[in-house]
Amino acid sequence: MKRIFAREEYCLGCRLCEIHCLVKHSKSKRIIKAFRREQDTAAPACRVEESGRVSFALQCRHCEDARCIEACITGAMHRDPTTGAVICDTERCVGCWSCIMVCPAGAVERGRSRQVASKCDLCMGEDTPVCVMHCPNEALVYEER
Amino acid sequence: MKNADIRYLILGNSTAAVGAIEAIRKIDADGAIVLIGREPRHVYSRPLISYLLAGEIDESRMDYRPRDFYARHQVDARLGVRALRVDPRLRTVRVTPVSADGSERNDATAEELRFETLLIATGGAPVVPPIEGRDASGVFTFATWDDADRLTAWIEKRNAQHAVVVGGGLIGIKAAEALRARGARVLIVEREDRVLPLGLDRHASSMAATALRDAGVDLECGTIIERIVVADGVVSGVTFHNGRESSCDLVVMAAGVAPDASIVHGTAIRVDHGVLVDARSETSVPGIYAAGDVAQGIDSLSGASRPIPIFPHAYRQGAVAGTNMAGGQATFNDAFAQNAVDVCGLSTISIGLATAEGGDFEVLTTEDQTARTYKRVVLRDGRIVGALFVGDIDRVGIFTGLIREKIDVTSFKHLLLSGRLGLITLPEGYRRRVVSGEAVAV
Repeated sequence: MKRIFAREEYCLGCRLCEIHCLVKHSKSKRIIKAFRREQDTAAPACRVEESGRVSFALQCRHCEDARCIEACITGAMHRDPTTGAVICDTERCVGCWSCIMVCPAGAVERGRSRQVASKCDLCMGEDTPVCVMHCPNEALVYEER
Repeated sequence: MKNADIRYLILGNSTAAVGAIEAIRKIDADGAIVLIGREPRHVYSRPLISYLLAGEIDESRMDYRPRDFYARHQVDARLGVRALRVDPRLRTVRVTPVSADGSERNDATAEELRFETLLIATGGAPVVPPIEGRDASGVFTFATWDDADRLTAWIEKRNAQHAVVVGGGLIGIKAAEALRARGARVLIVEREDRVLPLGLDRHASSMAATALRDAGVDLECGTIIERIVVADGVVSGVTFHNGRESSCDLVVMAAGVAPDASIVHGTAIRVDHGVLVDARSETSVPGIYAAGDVAQGIDSLSGASRPIPIFPHAYRQGAVAGTNMAGGQATFNDAFAQNAVDVCGLSTISIGLATAEGGDFEVLTTEDQTARTYKRVVLRDGRIVGALFVGDIDRVGIFTGLIREKIDVTSFKHLLLSGRLGLITLPEGYRRRVVSGEAVAV
């Protein structure tokens, strides 16, 4: 399956990926409104990590051997049968945080507005995730490896 | 049975069984799977019974897998059937239907099922301390959906307002929280000197105790209940060790669970506390496997053989069993305790040897009293062997990964609790492996 990969040598640390992720998963879908008013409710599922001059964006790795799916007490965390993406069904999630407990990438977060797990969904329904599409320096790629 | 031997016979209908079924079907699309489930229910999530009792979710959300799970995986699920006895020599299991009231029917309805491979995934059974009065009406255990239903019915019928929960471990806390959410006054009685003594250190435990008290749950630690006071066959109170009495109209026994290995006792299958298994989830008898709360394997951090009755292990151990039963190769070598427990809104996550101290252990801690957060990391020989996060549990899984993979953290030890730990601060080889999404091989 296709995954998002960061090329840290190209990452500028601009955090546009975080902003576009937030907008995509916001109610308004409008960049200024989402950024200014929805930060309390929508969280980006993409996180830029920085250390010195090095930076890269990190999202759920959609692991082949996904610990979060095994640890999920409700069955909410599951693999989409068609895309292979690891998806959390937030209607079934009860926010027990077992997924956060086991994710080695630290890529699952507590939802900001509801007690449910929040993570990258590869922008389900889009050909290319928005973080990749809007990266100004092609530091994020979406490909099979 | 004159029929062909069952290719895969699975005893149990919970997490480990599901792990096994899903793993088997990745390898073998149509070998016969027969599942024996004691409760006459579609596979449901046991940890959700506290959410159900609290009224936070309805029955429709109890299913652990969709309703077509058995059909889609071609599983002959025989629900409301109990396994009575495993005969490893004849490779048979004696089973019998359970009556509606939960008792077994007479032996005439029992039958022998012959198997090629067997998975014992019968789970755990609540430990009920031998307290006088424990058989009275109004005394409950809290392990199954039926337990939650019985509690709900009792509360509604008797208008029960005062609950005593015996045991301040994981089950006791979740039961207390749910009963409180239903409006009952709740008293937890814990034998040890603090709540959640297995997963939380003294400081974290005092934070949990505060969260409970703030939510209106009373605590009595370091004491035991001597007697349940019974009037006309019904609970009316409890008497403590020191002679003090407290009235109540229901008691929940939450003193822990023990592996439910009764069906193999006295056979060639080796049992200690639980059914002994190796890293392939296989018992001492080839072709017979065990997984989940009934099993006992090696704790990879302490090296001790012990049951680790936690949800993620049940799934993985079941999946490893299923893979091996179907002729694949899988091992499970990284078992250690992992518990995420929300205590009345206070998130706690306890991993590995989270409470260890002294000796070879080096302990790092950080605390923010205003934000009510506390973190504790335990190291041994330059590697993390335990982590305890309270209040702020964000990205705690990074620690779980470092523990699992036994990564030497000496070079970035100063960053562990700095708030700046990220994948970017981890050794490059390990970081690349995590980012690749391979995680670790089964």
